[in-house]
Amino acid sequence: MSALKTPRAWERAFWPVATAALLLFLWHFAVVWTGTKVFPSPLAVEKGMVALMPKGVLWADIANSLRRVAVGYLIAALVGIPLGLCLGWFPAANQVVNPALQLMRPISPIAWIPLAIIFFGVGDAPAIFLVFLGAFFPIAVSCTAGVSNVPQIYRRAGRNFGLSDIDLLRKIIFPAALPEILIGLRIALGVAWLVVVAGEMIAVDSGLGYLVIDSRNSGKRYDLVVAAMLLIGIIGLLLDLGFRRFERLPSVRWGFRDVA
Amino acid sequence: MRRGWLRPTLFIVLLLAIWEVSVRTHPGLILPGPIAVAAGIAELIRHGLLVKYVVASVFRVTWGFVLACITAIPLGLALGWYRRGEMAFNPLSQILRPISPLAWIPLAILWFGVGDLSSIFLIFVGCFFPLLLTAMSAVHNIPAVYVRAGRNFGLSSTAFVGRVLYPAVMPQLLVGMRVTMGIAWLVVVAAEMIAVNSGLGFLIDDARNAGNRYDLVVAGMVVIGGVGLLLDLAMRSLEQMKSFNWKSSEE
Amino acid sequence: MALAQPAVAAIKSGFKLHAQQLGVVYGANGKSVSALEEINLEIADGEFICIVGPSGCGKSTLLNVMGGFLAPTSGTVTIDGERVTGPDQRRILVFQERGVFPWLTVEGNIGFGLSKLRRAEREQRIARYVELVRLQGFERSYPSDLSGGMRQRLQVARALAVNPDILFLDEPFGALDSITRVMMRGELLRIWQQERRTIVFVTHDIDEAVQLADRVVVLSSRPARIQEIVTIDIPHPRNISAPRYLELRDELLKQIGLAYEI
Repeated sequence: MSALKTPRAWERAFWPVATAALLLFLWHFAVVWTGTKVFPSPLAVEKGMVALMPKGVLWADIANSLRRVAVGYLIAALVGIPLGLCLGWFPAANQVVNPALQLMRPISPIAWIPLAIIFFGVGDAPAIFLVFLGAFFPIAVSCTAGVSNVPQIYRRAGRNFGLSDIDLLRKIIFPAALPEILIGLRIALGVAWLVVVAGEMIAVDSGLGYLVIDSRNSGKRYDLVVAAMLLIGIIGLLLDLGFRRFERLPSVRWGFRDVA
Repeated sequence: MRRGWLRPTLFIVLLLAIWEVSVRTHPGLILPGPIAVAAGIAELIRHGLLVKYVVASVFRVTWGFVLACITAIPLGLALGWYRRGEMAFNPLSQILRPISPLAWIPLAILWFGVGDLSSIFLIFVGCFFPLLLTAMSAVHNIPAVYVRAGRNFGLSSTAFVGRVLYPAVMPQLLVGMRVTMGIAWLVVVAAEMIAVNSGLGFLIDDARNAGNRYDLVVAGMVVIGGVGLLLDLAMRSLEQMKSFNWKSSEE
Repeated sequence: MALAQPAVAAIKSGFKLHAQQLGVVYGANGKSVSALEEINLEIADGEFICIVGPSGCGKSTLLNVMGGFLAPTSGTVTIDGERVTGPDQRRILVFQERGVFPWLTVEGNIGFGLSKLRRAEREQRIARYVELVRLQGFERSYPSDLSGGMRQRLQVARALAVNPDILFLDEPFGALDSITRVMMRGELLRIWQQERRTIVFVTHDIDEAVQLADRVVVLSSRPARIQEIVTIDIPHPRNISAPRYLELRDELLKQIGLAYEI
């Protein structure tokens, strides 16, 4: 929908690379020109990252963060999907429960930290709890919305063909709601990743989030701070891309094709 | 929905009752019951702290959110329109986006010190990318007929942007803004815990550190939930305005 | 209420629109598809022209080229002697669906192209066209409050308000139910007889073409060429059971039938 001619294939690679190169250059130049002793230049960041790698600490941190995300996310999915589907299927139930959910949703997982520490102590468990809180709401909401947004005509057609309730759910409602559910799951994964990093900065002493804050606190190693930030970004991006790839698998789609 | 308020309210009351009962039957549990929390809220009001903290948090959210809007939205609209621009910035924003705003804290403190400015910066960072993406997506979703009609009537570029582009993207943009406002509210709490000394996030952290006042901690959480909900409802009513709300009644 | 043949009267004044050797070729993935080939067409001022043809044959493409929204791969279009190089307020396109701006009221839509006028004049013109398309009482309503037929009337009003030389209509009644469609045809004729613009109307409905047009241009299937131009020599109002009407209708149906075989 651009006003200009359609960009050619080589441009697809050219523009991002050119912009990235330009920004790196500006960054480096800004550091040199302001003579700052503290803020790292791109090269310093790269050196920092390289230095971290063999130490094994970095990999442990990454593994910790990912592990917490995985566990918290899984629990959120195991609880959220059935709950969301039920609420979508029984609008009466949704009407009763939804306001309670809406009241709890705006409470940042971070705000739960003191309580999380009371319940679970310090360590992995509160972080997992926070991830659960962060991922639960998008999952439940999208499941509910996905089910209730299935057009009436699909349900009627199902009944017309004599499908029982279970069959209706399995063969019509679930596939029809699947795209929206998958979107919610993907968003929840993104939120989980944001929350785990945040949680690690406050309530735990390992993981990438901890690495960010620790690098600053113990030695003002801003090169490591920025390196850790970039790693967080890259891993988050990989998680998102991985999920999108997962969405496209035929077995996940249950043979459901986009009608649009 | 007006008639159906009874059952949801009863449900919430039921949950509160379960909460209260489980606290009473477990003495020695640090967690306060709803009644203690309500008392905590009353105490905050009495000392004039509640209003002060809510205002501080809302103030920061508004600043960060508005700054993000005026930078991200025009940029996003432009990037959505010019495919080359989008291609240029896409990888960069894809990497920066998953970085939790909190991970920016060390940089925020480095650049802005401890105080209001860093928390506003954190909120800005948290809002920028969602708004950017929403604006880009909204431009992509403009039906081609509107663009053609706008060109047909001989509009200049600036007139086109003001009279066709902006109104056409408004509904989707407003939804995105409401969701981003929710994100901003989540971030402000975290930002305040670390980088400032006022506001609801600070309240929660401080109440725990300086005296284990968990009733105030939970009171703070409840207020956070309430104000967050009000902000959400306020944005929804903005969406309902007829001249913005054309999208839902379209098909 | 028989009217003089507009085509005859206008030939004296020269042609309004002249399409010469128009061709449109789409290229995708190395393959090139010819959508239009060697279109030569002359339209007189004030004429009502219908373009018919099988689905997907390129009728809309031709309209878009004539309106200046699409650049032809070969050939030119001139309107009033001037080459068409882009969209212009003097030739307005009316779309089948979603043409009106849903965020503006009826007044807002009609006044959309009138921003350069002074307020009094603009309001006067808006009022005039509201009345012309019979939307009085709905000035402050939004398109979402209007029916499909009313929205199309609004689109026509918006188009006419800027005093275009030519009106291009791309299957404007296609999304309406058949009863509304018949009413809208009558409305369009009434407006045309009052305002006397040149109209180029694309449709896949043969009856519509015979009921409305002075001349009907039949396009073949892809690559579209002008297969035939049939002159409808019945004065308005046209009786759709009259023998001459049925004759012309059959003629066109035959033409289209032939077009499928090519």
